[in-house]
Amino acid sequence: MSPAEWSAVRLTAQLAAVTTLALLVIGTPIAWWLARTRSRLKPVAASLVAMPLVLPPSVLGFYLLLLMGPQGPVGQATQALGLGRLPFTFGGLVVGSVLYSMPFVVQPLQQAFEAIGERTLEAAATLRASPWDRFFSVALPLARPGLVTAGVLGFAHTVGEFGVVLMIGGNIPDKTRVLSVAIYDHVEASEFADAHRLSAGMVAFALVVLVTLYVVNRTARDSAGAAR
Amino acid sequence: MIEARLLLARRDFTLDVALALPERGVTALFGPSGCGKTTVLRALAGLERAEGRVSLSARGDEVWQDDATGRFVPTHRRALGYVIQEAALFPHLDVRRNLDYGRKRIVPGAHRIALDQVVDLLGIGHLMARRPDTLSGGERQRVAIARALATSPRLLLMDEPLAALDAQRKAEVLPYLERLHEELRIPIVYVSHALDEVARLADHLVLMEFGRVRAEGPLAETPARLDLPLALGEQAGVVLDGVVGERDPRWQLARLDVDGEACRLWARDQGLAVGRRVRLRVLARDVSLTRTPQTGTSIGNQVRCTIEAIADDEHPALALVRVRAGNAPLVARVTRRSAHALELAAGMAVWVQVKTVALTE
Repeated sequence: MSPAEWSAVRLTAQLAAVTTLALLVIGTPIAWWLARTRSRLKPVAASLVAMPLVLPPSVLGFYLLLLMGPQGPVGQATQALGLGRLPFTFGGLVVGSVLYSMPFVVQPLQQAFEAIGERTLEAAATLRASPWDRFFSVALPLARPGLVTAGVLGFAHTVGEFGVVLMIGGNIPDKTRVLSVAIYDHVEASEFADAHRLSAGMVAFALVVLVTLYVVNRTARDSAGAAR
Repeated sequence: MIEARLLLARRDFTLDVALALPERGVTALFGPSGCGKTTVLRALAGLERAEGRVSLSARGDEVWQDDATGRFVPTHRRALGYVIQEAALFPHLDVRRNLDYGRKRIVPGAHRIALDQVVDLLGIGHLMARRPDTLSGGERQRVAIARALATSPRLLLMDEPLAALDAQRKAEVLPYLERLHEELRIPIVYVSHALDEVARLADHLVLMEFGRVRAEGPLAETPARLDLPLALGEQAGVVLDGVVGERDPRWQLARLDVDGEACRLWARDQGLAVGRRVRLRVLARDVSLTRTPQTGTSIGNQVRCTIEAIADDEHPALALVRVRAGNAPLVARVTRRSAHALELAAGMAVWVQVKTVALTE
């Protein structure tokens, strides 16, 4: 592979790692709230989180571009804070990826939190655990399989995204040219052998990740079942 | 005294109770499902927000809720233990860590019950390294009770702790609950809809119906009241506390004295020593009345009593008669024809014949 391609691989891994971390930090409280709330706002919030599943990535990218651009409110804020403009930077890519991969992290987490019975958390309360304490000592450990699934899906989905990245990040080598964009470049230039190499690598990566995830989840379920 | 005034309006249900429960012994909240007994317990624990006031007196006042002053102590700051039907052990922790969970979260000075004592009391020493999903239902429930006790609660709340267990498991756990009752001086509020559990464990009975308290009082007196739904059905009867007065090895019988000499009943000898306190249950259907002492009858128990009240039973052919032998109340189920033929009336002296006496502990 060429140095440019290696750079794309590195950039992709970096973007996916940072995005996944950010998503776990942001997505966990959102998932917890969605799993526990009785608020009437819940369907609205759940829909907003799920939006990227149904919207074309170009729509999300377009609006993010407007928001983060020099005239957009977010763009003005980042400039006022001395952060500069986000479009066509790595930071901008992270913001776009976080929003775009949000449902893949929040939904498994939310399901994991919902599976924890209300009674178990109440038992913790009657055993003197404060709300924060209950979250960290009971909810998080019990949601661990969901946490793993969320992390893996978030990472894999970020690796595989294209539309949002192209809209927000463009195609700047070493800065915003990730693997999916590099493949697009090769195809545009009729370099099918190169496109093939990278694409096959992506297919293998996705397959390995998903098979691992399913095997791990099934092993966890089986051992729980056998113990019972 | 544990005092609670609780109001809660739901769409199809209104809870409106004022309770003053003794700070000693076991209080049973008894009633059909949907009568609000679980809601009362949850409100006492602060898991449910009702309007009103909850306080514990004795050993310094402690107010857990008082809407007049806007005080509401969250559940995790109330010194209570709470045990529910499903046990709700933490599946990711072994038994020892489950027991430690609450114990480690109370201030060190508040430890009044040693962990060893709790483990011993509930017979779970051999389970310490096990995971909750490897325990039987009865074991799980015993661990849940121990976990609650390990926090040295000032009040133990139990919501149908035996309801999820089959008869065999129930029989396995009940003796532990009785030991708890005898050995720890923690007031217990026990929600149940099973009269046999109540008869065995409770000292004080609160009968609930449609979100309200229908009656409350000491266990011996409340089931003897003829105006309550408790007096109806096959299980109608009284629960009496007595001592083993004498044992007759020849016939394998034991004499149980309920109120000194006034009410002595013979029952099968269960191997309990003379002087041992026992609780017995006498069902109304096993009690009959005569105007004179009988001879030539197979029934060995005849006690002289005074009639206190007569009431209609469910079936129009039957009547319930409450009598008293000394201080001990008994309820007899007789046909109305017999009541008429014997000219039974309040204040009259009669003899009761008791066919079967069941020892509950």
